[in-house]
Amino acid sequence: MIRFTNVHMRYPGGNEALRNINLHIAQGAMVYITGRSGAGKSTLLRLIALIDRHTRGQVIINGQNLERVRNRRIPIFRRHIGFMFQDHRLLNDRTVFDNVALPLVIAGYRHQEIRKRVQAALDKVSLLPKVNSYPMALSGGEQQRVGVARAVVHRPAILLADEPTGNLDPALSLDTMKLFEQFNQVGVTVLIASHDLDMIKRMSKRIITLKTGRILTHGGTPTEA
Amino acid sequence: MNMKKNTRPHKTFKSEFKRRFDMWLLQHAQAFIFSLGQYIKYPISNILTTAVIGISLALPASFYLILDNVRHVSSSWDGSLQITLFLQTEIDDKQATAFANNLLKHKIINETRLIKRADALAEYQNLSGFADALNTLDENPLPNVVLVKPTLDNMDEARTEALIKELEAMPEVDSAQYDSRWIKRLLNLLNIINRAIVILSTLLTVAVLLIIGNTIRLAIHNRRSEIEITKLFGGTDSFIQRPFLYSGFWYGIFGGIIAWLLITISMQMLSGPVKQLANLYSSDFQLIGLGFGHSLILLGSGIALGLFGSWIAVKRHLRAIEPV
Repeated sequence: MIRFTNVHMRYPGGNEALRNINLHIAQGAMVYITGRSGAGKSTLLRLIALIDRHTRGQVIINGQNLERVRNRRIPIFRRHIGFMFQDHRLLNDRTVFDNVALPLVIAGYRHQEIRKRVQAALDKVSLLPKVNSYPMALSGGEQQRVGVARAVVHRPAILLADEPTGNLDPALSLDTMKLFEQFNQVGVTVLIASHDLDMIKRMSKRIITLKTGRILTHGGTPTEA
Repeated sequence: MNMKKNTRPHKTFKSEFKRRFDMWLLQHAQAFIFSLGQYIKYPISNILTTAVIGISLALPASFYLILDNVRHVSSSWDGSLQITLFLQTEIDDKQATAFANNLLKHKIINETRLIKRADALAEYQNLSGFADALNTLDENPLPNVVLVKPTLDNMDEARTEALIKELEAMPEVDSAQYDSRWIKRLLNLLNIINRAIVILSTLLTVAVLLIIGNTIRLAIHNRRSEIEITKLFGGTDSFIQRPFLYSGFWYGIFGGIIAWLLITISMQMLSGPVKQLANLYSSDFQLIGLGFGHSLILLGSGIALGLFGSWIAVKRHLRAIEPV
């Protein structure tokens, strides 16, 4: 599903964010990426979503060589990916329904289909009663779950989550991770960048640890980087 | 069986095309309604912006309208090159009628009209407001007047002058008046005003473009996070720019409507006094308002400027926003 071969990423200005990354993540896997701030976690996710382009090596996502994806085709490519962010990044002037519906509206779904899928996604994160609320009226945990619903409503092949639990207390973090696990169980490949080592250890999934742009460990248990 | 096989690819192509077309139509409808919703959501600032656009559109349009009216008036003057003959006071009505009829035999003269001295006095009393003063006069001070219309084609300056000299030499005629110079001056002046209006219109058009462009630029800036998220979830550039283009459309069409209202109301307010003035000159002149065609042009220019202004803003500012 995701394959990096000798990938380097150097930002304009000379900051080398990733150095010689080799990794393979199979379809349907759930993987944690950890490491300190600036270790390259976010950059790794950005390369997968074609927010940035790698400077050397080869990245293949879902059978597509990213170098061959032209700028014009990036929007279509991104429709197979779901995103989650630490700061939710919900649209505060739209209702929960409209926020979650956004990926479907972009992809041009019909209204009935949108309604059905949004309700299913909100039901999954137990927020169906809040469908007409505005994000500001929700608690931090609820906002985060709206973000989760939005990330999966269009049934992406890959779910990318950048510090999804950064602002949540441990109990809520665990709930969020359990949600990710559920999506993973129905076949979504899940990548989670997080520095919340305590929680990651509890999930007993594959962990990739980055340090200053290199892969430090590549196994079941993280090292204190 | 064979037939079925052959029609199949055609069918799928057709249905695929229809599906895409439906989606395109749906997304346009969504952007259309969404942008109208955005307009209604912030009524005060949007109405203010639209009012500025409306006034900027109304100014050149009303200048054109004034020019059109002045042209209309002056062309009716211009078309009636007319020589006024004041007859000697001894000439009575009978002689005057005969004289006027006689003039028609002249080959350059097309039409004559006699204004009898009594009629002239009555009209003057009616219109001038000096009725009482005129009543104190023992006799009518006005002479008989014959209005002479030359045949219109090939009446150049020299021939007109010659005709006037000829008429003035006639024993019945006291004096002949023909003043074409002020009409020419007026026409020249109108040409200058016309050019000034073109320049002014160009400047105001640019102003409308800048207003709309700047408004859309601010809208893009305010919805930056939304644009980023939309790009992240696979929104194409045309999907993202569509609502902004439609916003420009709304500004343009509402601005056009405001301009139309301003002009129509102003014309209504002016038509009364203008009619009174025209009556004083015993003319049935009426103000020419915005006809259907001109109204369409006004609305069309509003829409075109709105779309163009927002297109410029979108091209300049939307591409620069990338997800972070």
